Amino acid sequence: MKFFIALLVMGILTQNFVLAKFLGICPFLGVSKKLNTAVGMSAAVIFVMLLATAATYPLNMLLEKYGLGYLQTIVFILVIAALVQMVEIVLKKYVKSLYQALGIYLPLITTNCAVLGVVILNIDNIGIYSAQGFGFWHAMVNSFAAGAGFMLAMVLFAGVRSRLESADVPKALEGLPITLVSASIVSMSFLGFSGLVEGLHLLG
Amino acid sequence: MAQEKKSLGQELTKGFLKENPVLRLVLGTCPTLATSTSVVNGVGMGIAATIVLICSNVAISALRKVIPAKARIPAYIVIIASFVTMVQLLVKAFVPALDKSLGVFLPLIVVNCIILGRAEAFAGKNPVLASAADGLGMGIGFTAALFCMGTVREILGAGTFLSGIDSMIGGSFTGFDFTEGLAKVGLAPMTLFILPAGGFFVFGMLMAAANRLAERKGKEKATLSCAGCPHAATCADLNKNCEPAEKEAQAK
Repeated sequence: MKFFIALLVMGILTQNFVLAKFLGICPFLGVSKKLNTAVGMSAAVIFVMLLATAATYPLNMLLEKYGLGYLQTIVFILVIAALVQMVEIVLKKYVKSLYQALGIYLPLITTNCAVLGVVILNIDNIGIYSAQGFGFWHAMVNSFAAGAGFMLAMVLFAGVRSRLESADVPKALEGLPITLVSASIVSMSFLGFSGLVEGLHLLG
Repeated sequence: MAQEKKSLGQELTKGFLKENPVLRLVLGTCPTLATSTSVVNGVGMGIAATIVLICSNVAISALRKVIPAKARIPAYIVIIASFVTMVQLLVKAFVPALDKSLGVFLPLIVVNCIILGRAEAFAGKNPVLASAADGLGMGIGFTAALFCMGTVREILGAGTFLSGIDSMIGGSFTGFDFTEGLAKVGLAPMTLFILPAGGFFVFGMLMAAANRLAERKGKEKATLSCAGCPHAATCADLNKNCEPAEKEAQAK
């Protein structure tokens, strides 16, 4: 149980996917202008991350069994792409309301490095997870934490940006530069969480 | 994109500055921020991505008449992923230190927007040689941007320059180390610059400098316009979609 909580704290706060690991920067900068799109996009990312982990984790065992571990990257990206397409079709046909909420974001997610990143990181961590007993569920919790961390960063940053729009910015920094500098400050504030996992004695 | 015919040389050099993928087109931000903690790291990433970019550009351009338009993105992804796997295996075999320091970002070259972006914006429409030149030029531009970021961050953040170069290319040269000299005058490196926050900050400043240069030449500022991004259409839809929704909210 402790390990699950540690995974959640790490994914959301200390090892935040966007602000500490630099995964998913494109949507972080591109889709964070408005709060509702930021929330929609990150909800879709959490959804796809969980599905992708559920699909690739067992698949990796199969690859390892036949000594095809080196095909990991190519298999995973194809699985994610196919999965996203399938989810889009299924949602469109059967779950209209969810499709209206998440549908437009789905095509953007295929080549989102956060999704492929979490899948690969989970496979890299298999040793750590299996030492704790559960493997698969740890991977799922880790994916959820990564997605939730992405959402937190997006929502926080959407707030910062809305304030930024009315701010009087030095001319040279207008536009993207000031956005990056404010991202830097948000990221710096997350440094305050470092040591939280160790301090709470959640590991070990 | 290419209305007027450009010479091979122009296709090559446009990626250096005029259409620098990182600073002008704003593509590949994730690896730029993540791997520029040191010069050696950043340049290693740049070279790996350049190799993938040239190979995938050539392959996609050669196959551009065979690949059906509707299935082109999955086809591109498969081609790119194959080259990434090859580069991954080569790096693992010959430069294991680089494999370790790039970590997850080596396989993530697959989803680097520069590569898919160039496939979509250039290689899918242009002949093989021009695509190879475009790939090389964009790769050099990417590497140069990573070099700049890496230099600033390494010198300010770690007090070293080119550290770890011996583990990448062999030899006895281990890079410069300014920390002792700094300590004599009572200064220490600002670790913040190699932390993520410093990455965002240096990138922002570099972008501001690039914007200033572009402005002087009468060009527009760099924006996250998804210039070469295959999902540009979706993005545009997204921004259109959210405006009416907001107006409705305001009306209420």
